[in-house]
Amino acid sequence: MTTNGWSLQARDLTRVYRRGSEEIQALDGVSLSIKKGEFVSFVGSSGSGKTTLINLLGCLDNPSSGELELAGKTVFGKGKRLGEKELTQVRREVFGYIFQNFYLIPTLTVQENVALPLAFFRKPGGEEEVERLLKMLGMEHRMNHLPGQISGGEMQRVAIARALVNSPEILLADEPTGNLDTKRAGEIGEVLTELNRSSGLTIVMVTHNPELAQLAGRRIEMRDGRAFENQEGVTT
Amino acid sequence: MMITPFQIAYKNLLRKKVRSVLTLIGIMLSTWVLVSLFGFNRGYETALNRDIENMGYQLMVMAKGCPYEAATMMLQGGKGLRYMDQSMVDQITKEPEVDKVTPILMQAFFDPNKGESGGIAGFYGVDAHSYPAMKPFFRFKKGGWFKDNAADEVVMGYEAAELEQREVGDETIVPEKNVKLKVVGILERTGSQDDGTTFVPLKTLQKISQVDQITTIGIKVKKDADITGLENKLYQLKDVQVVSFSQVKQTIMKLISTARVMVFSIAVVALLIAMVGVINTVLMSVLERRQEIGILKTMGAMPGDVFRLVWTETLILCSLGGVAGILLAVLFSRFTDLLARSILPYAPKGGLVAIDLKLSLLTLVIIVVVGLLSGLYPAWKAGRIRPLESIRGE
Repeated sequence: MTTNGWSLQARDLTRVYRRGSEEIQALDGVSLSIKKGEFVSFVGSSGSGKTTLINLLGCLDNPSSGELELAGKTVFGKGKRLGEKELTQVRREVFGYIFQNFYLIPTLTVQENVALPLAFFRKPGGEEEVERLLKMLGMEHRMNHLPGQISGGEMQRVAIARALVNSPEILLADEPTGNLDTKRAGEIGEVLTELNRSSGLTIVMVTHNPELAQLAGRRIEMRDGRAFENQEGVTT
Repeated sequence: MMITPFQIAYKNLLRKKVRSVLTLIGIMLSTWVLVSLFGFNRGYETALNRDIENMGYQLMVMAKGCPYEAATMMLQGGKGLRYMDQSMVDQITKEPEVDKVTPILMQAFFDPNKGESGGIAGFYGVDAHSYPAMKPFFRFKKGGWFKDNAADEVVMGYEAAELEQREVGDETIVPEKNVKLKVVGILERTGSQDDGTTFVPLKTLQKISQVDQITTIGIKVKKDADITGLENKLYQLKDVQVVSFSQVKQTIMKLISTARVMVFSIAVVALLIAMVGVINTVLMSVLERRQEIGILKTMGAMPGDVFRLVWTETLILCSLGGVAGILLAVLFSRFTDLLARSILPYAPKGGLVAIDLKLSLLTLVIIVVVGLLSGLYPAWKAGRIRPLESIRGE
């Protein structure tokens, strides 16, 4: 995908869920832009809408209204709404995802887990990336171990390597340290900072951890489905 | 470093080993039943054809009586026989469709030394020249045919000689009549009822039993001759009945058709149970992995990729279970054979269960196709899982 300097632009995004007759406004007109190479963290209490927002930004869900552009290409809005296959196409080319629960396949080795996305989609040079990433993340000595044989912090490193194997433009991290102790959380924070600094990777992260949020260059707070930066509503 | 969808599917089956093994056992057992049934279906008919071909003739003429008794007599020997005049042989030889003719006299004597309370010893009086011509495939383990039709000699089938522990040169006694005959030949195993038969020259047996008639005439028809036409002509002869082996075969096949339908039903039920087992295993596995499957989709797996992944799991289960079931069927074919013999109204000699590579492959294809059909729904369901569902499920 070509880029115009913006990794991601959202305009007036809303997301309404229905539970029976009740309507829940999870996002209330969020507009924001994230530049290529930025490290942005979203903080906020539970139910503030941060996970809903990251799901929309990561093309895992469709907004109820609003517009979303990825690297200059409209994904939602202007009468456009992508189907499941098109969303997958965007996800596999643009994003890498890491989650609180790591989601490693327990029967596959560390090396196989990292190589997993290549079984479905492969950018040129993907094969060599597996070993390079494991080395970069200090996991080469654990290559042939199963996830059950390594620590939580190591599992998240493997998940990061897996997210990066197809060289994504944006890394989406949803509570990446939520299941880790302070020491391991700090280590993962360092890894993310280093990735952003050395390779210019755009990182969008949701976290409850204030210390981790501090590592990001931009900190956006979510409250009642709205986004605030420096106490101001975020706008493009 | 690459991992293929096949490796992912295979390793996933290792996750719940007990469940996978139980499903495999289900598929294996249904394959066993299915391949044994197919093997029996073909083996029985082949064995019956072999029994009939080993008779050496396609038609038999005998004195009028019950046709089922005649059929039994042909294949197993029998008692209470009616006789016909030997001149009938010349009459039949004149028919243009006839290639060869041989007169036979069957006789049975009570042997008090046979078994615990005595038994029947059967003797086959055959012509020293025309009968061997009907059975060119006979091979002698030792010795050869008798010199002439009046010699005091016998030729024993392989099993008959084993049972009585006779060697060439030994004497054997005709029970009731107390006549001694010399064993001049022992046949090699043929796999037919000839193995249990004791052959005596026709005139010698007629003299021993004081009967100057015969019980049966075996007829070999010329190649491409009209057998039905000949049958109709033979029916015109006085007080005889004609039995063609194609009729005998049809009668026997009718007798076993009920057993075949029953076993087919069992096989279908076994197959259905295996199908439900496959659906259950794969569907459970999909439901348990909803989040994981959703994550695969965030990684770029298309619905078709996930569908193929789950379908591959089904393919692995069915292929492994199918191959194991076929091996089991081959290993236990002797057991299946014995089981079939114990429940069937009539079983020809030789192997009843014929399993070969072609049959095994056919069964494997059926099992895999049925398995893949069973895997359609779980695979389709897996393909439809949306990544967001997995994240919401956290």
